[in-house]
Amino acid sequence: MKSYNKNTVALHFWIIVVTILWPLYAWAHVGSGEAGGFVTGLQHPISGLDHVIAMLAVGLWGAQLGNPALWLLPVVFPMMMAGGGCLGLLGIPLPGVEVGIAVSAIVLGLMVLAEARLKIYLAMVIVAFFAIFHGHAHGTELPAGQSGLLYSIGFVAATGCLHAVGIAIGLIHRWQVGRLALRGAGSIVCGGGIYFLVRALT
Amino acid sequence: MNRQSITKSKQKIQGIAAALAVLLWPSISQAHLVNTGLGPIYDGISHLAMSPDDLLTALALALLAGLSGARAGRNVLFLLPPIWLLGGLFGLGMKQEIFLPLFSILSFLLTGALVALDRRPPLLLILILTFGFGFLHGFFNGTAMAARAGGGFLALFGISVAVFVLVALISALVVSMRKHWARITVRVAGSWITAIGLLMLGWTYRGMG
Repeated sequence: MKSYNKNTVALHFWIIVVTILWPLYAWAHVGSGEAGGFVTGLQHPISGLDHVIAMLAVGLWGAQLGNPALWLLPVVFPMMMAGGGCLGLLGIPLPGVEVGIAVSAIVLGLMVLAEARLKIYLAMVIVAFFAIFHGHAHGTELPAGQSGLLYSIGFVAATGCLHAVGIAIGLIHRWQVGRLALRGAGSIVCGGGIYFLVRALT
Repeated sequence: MNRQSITKSKQKIQGIAAALAVLLWPSISQAHLVNTGLGPIYDGISHLAMSPDDLLTALALALLAGLSGARAGRNVLFLLPPIWLLGGLFGLGMKQEIFLPLFSILSFLLTGALVALDRRPPLLLILILTFGFGFLHGFFNGTAMAARAGGGFLALFGISVAVFVLVALISALVVSMRKHWARITVRVAGSWITAIGLLMLGWTYRGMG
C-alpha cells in the first residue's frame, strides 16, 4: 500500500511539473528603454574568474575566522567595492587595478591556506583594501542603454551571493577533514591569483 | 493506515494537483492593455515594484525601523505612508517634473548605512529621516504624475498602500528576529543597499543613473 501511495504522489508530481513548465508565450510585460541592467549586473561578477575566486576566498576566510569576521567581512566588502566603483565612475584613476585584483586572490588565498587568525580590524582592512580594486575594475562596466541602478543592484547582489557561497563552503571548517579541504581551496585560490598576476604583468 | 484514510489522502492529493494545474496553466494573458495600465490605484501599487529607488528607500527605512525595535517600527509604519502621500500631493501641484537623483540616492545610501552599522539611532532621528525621505520620494512621484498626466491622487494612494504593506511586513519580520545571525542578515542587506547607493553616486555623476 505504501508503494501505491508513492506512485500516486510521483504521478501527480510529474503532472504538475509538466504543466508548469509547458512553454507558451507570456507577452505580459513589454520591456523598453532602460528596463534592462539587472541581469547584466548579476552576470558580471560571475563572468570574471579573478573576481569569483577572490569573493569565494573572502567567504572561506570569514568562515575560518568565525564570528564576528564571518559577517563583518561580507558587510565590509560590498561597501568598499562600491566605493571603488564610485571612484572609477568619478574618473579617479587607480594604478595597477588588474595587478591589485590578482594580488587580492593571492593574499586572500594565502590567508585561507595558512588559516591566518589575524585581528579582526586587520582582516577588515585587508578585505576593504582589495575590494576597492574589484569595484574599480568591475563596477563601472555598464553597457550602453541600461539602467545604472538595476545594474548596481544585480552587481552587488551577485557579489554578496558569491560571499554566501564561500561561507557555505567554509562551514566544513568544523570537521578536521574539512579544515584540510579549506586550506587546499586556499592554495587553489592562491594559484589562480598567481596565474592572473602573470597575465596582468605580461 | 486504514483504507478510509488512504482514500482521503488520495483525494486530497488529487484535489491539490487539479487546483495547481488549473491555477498554473500558462496561456496568453492579454489582460492588461499597455496604454490603459491597471487603473490608477493598481498602477500606484505596482509603481513601488517598478521603481527601485523608491523601493530601496522604503525597504531601508523598514529594515532600520525593525532593527530599532517594535516602537520605532510602529512609528515608521504609521508615519511613512501618509507623509509619502502628502509629499505626492504637494508634487501634484507642480507644473513640471522635479527629480533630484542625488537626494533620492542619498536617502537609501544613508539609511542603508545606518542599517549596516546597527547602532540603534535615537527614535527622533529615525522619524526625521522617515519624514524627510518619505516626503521627498512622494514629492518626486507627484511631480512626475503632474507632468505626465499620471494617475493623480488615486495613484499616490496606491503607492502609499504599497509602502504601508512593505513596511508592515519587513519591519515586523525584523522585529521578530531574535537570533544573532538573523540580525546579521539584515545588516548585510543594509550594506548591500549602501553599496548600491555608492555605485549610483558614480553613475549619476556620469549621467547614467
